[in-house]
Amino acid sequence: MKYMLLIYRDEAALQPMSGHTMSEMTAAYLAYTKTLHDSGAFVAGDRLGLSANATTVRVSDGRTQVLNGPYAETKEQLGGFYIIDVADLDAALAWAARCPGAQYGVMEVRPIPAQPLAA
Amino acid sequence: MTDPRATSQREVERAARHSYGKLLAFLAARTGDVAAAEDALSEAFASALTAWPRQGVPRTAEAWLLTAARRKAIDAVRRRRTEQAAVEPLLLLAEAAQAADDAAPDIPDDRLRLMFTCAHPAIEVAARAPLILQTLLGFDAGTIASAFLVAPATMGQRLVRAKRKILEAAIPFRVPGPDELAERLGPVLDAIYAAFAEGWTDPTGTTERRRGLAEEAIWLGRVVASLLPHEPEALGLLALMLHAEARRAARRDAAGGYVPLSAQDPRQWDAGLIREAEALLLRASAAGRVGRFQLEAAVQSAHAARRLTRHTDWVAIIALYDALLAETGSPVVAINRAAAIGEQLGAAAGLSALDGLTDDRRLAEYQPYWVARAVLLARTGEVDAASQAFERAIGLEPDPAVRRFLQQQRAHCRPPSETPD
Repeated sequence: MKYMLLIYRDEAALQPMSGHTMSEMTAAYLAYTKTLHDSGAFVAGDRLGLSANATTVRVSDGRTQVLNGPYAETKEQLGGFYIIDVADLDAALAWAARCPGAQYGVMEVRPIPAQPLAA
Repeated sequence: MTDPRATSQREVERAARHSYGKLLAFLAARTGDVAAAEDALSEAFASALTAWPRQGVPRTAEAWLLTAARRKAIDAVRRRRTEQAAVEPLLLLAEAAQAADDAAPDIPDDRLRLMFTCAHPAIEVAARAPLILQTLLGFDAGTIASAFLVAPATMGQRLVRAKRKILEAAIPFRVPGPDELAERLGPVLDAIYAAFAEGWTDPTGTTERRRGLAEEAIWLGRVVASLLPHEPEALGLLALMLHAEARRAARRDAAGGYVPLSAQDPRQWDAGLIREAEALLLRASAAGRVGRFQLEAAVQSAHAARRLTRHTDWVAIIALYDALLAETGSPVVAINRAAAIGEQLGAAAGLSALDGLTDDRRLAEYQPYWVARAVLLARTGEVDAASQAFERAIGLEPDPAVRRFLQQQRAHCRPPSETPD
């Protein structure tokens, strides 16, 4: 069963982070990602750039609208993700709890339907 | 002899009560698909209802029901052949039913695993207890909705959403490890108690299904208490249910009339059940972690002491309700506390404790509130107000025996009167 772990965090809190805290966080992510790989659960994962660099696109009445900024202006913004393949939700929740993202922000765990989009 | 069809329907009813939860737990745990398991089983029970009057009730009812459930799943596969996505869970189900059939009569008991799945933190809080009632005891959404005071459509959607999440998010069927057990146990105990309370309101048992409900809940309580012998709240819940069960027979007189707790003859109480409940409560208290169910059981224990001391220790009962109120903040507890205050300090004191609650709008349709109010008003001599409160209570009471009792009380409307338990 595949799950996406979405990492949300307060971007404003990242700015005043000291170099030491930042490198500590980076080290924690590297260790976590390596452990995910070693366990065989890792499918994909990466961090995302700041939401200030996001652009929103929608098509309505045949016209493409392009807007500056993320879809939702919330305090916590999507900052990265993992896709993991594990036995069940409890295993996914355990991996979410170990992720440094759970310490610095909040994790959302979403199941990915077993049936692929294209048959 | 009764007519054979009636006998068979009772057999089906019994099979439903004893086998439903077990078969559903087995099928759901192996497929993850609660709704599909329910569909297959309900069709299997429906075919039993038509087949058994003709063929007789099979010796191995569970195996028969599983075979029928498997056939129903396979039939559905044939009908839906075009859609691979729709077929897969049905094939899984058919396979699981075959596995159970092969294992019969030693079908593994997965009910406890199922209970913890239903009470998983990923399930909406308001859906957990109803889900346990539906899956383990086969309640329909309408019955559950009335037990939880929710619109049937709302309850139906809640249950559908929860089952879909169990399937689509792959919530596992397992008993949690020691580190998570404590936080996962609360919803399981709440649901068992809700089932017990539902069966308890129907003491004479107009239907076999409902009469068995309190027994089933006690059985579930025993399973949890034996699995978790060091969890004081699991022991407390079982003690609470056994104390109530011990008084079942005493709640009706020979003519079927309602007998309130204070008028019951303690010699009619089941001494064996009371002893068991007391022992459980003692073991629970050794853990030094007080909780709602232990406190409620302690209230019942104080009432049960009347069989030895011949009087009720209302001071102790008020103290226990104080602690319960602090723990739960429940208006139901506050009503019982007010009634106890009325017994110890007089009707006026009881009424003023009750008056503090009138802001809670849920109480307008809550029958025990109006009974407590009526009884206290009658004692203070406010006959008209008491009569009106009795009328409200009678209008809200579903049990005919209790209704008759309240009508008599209303007719007398003078002290001493009794609070129904």
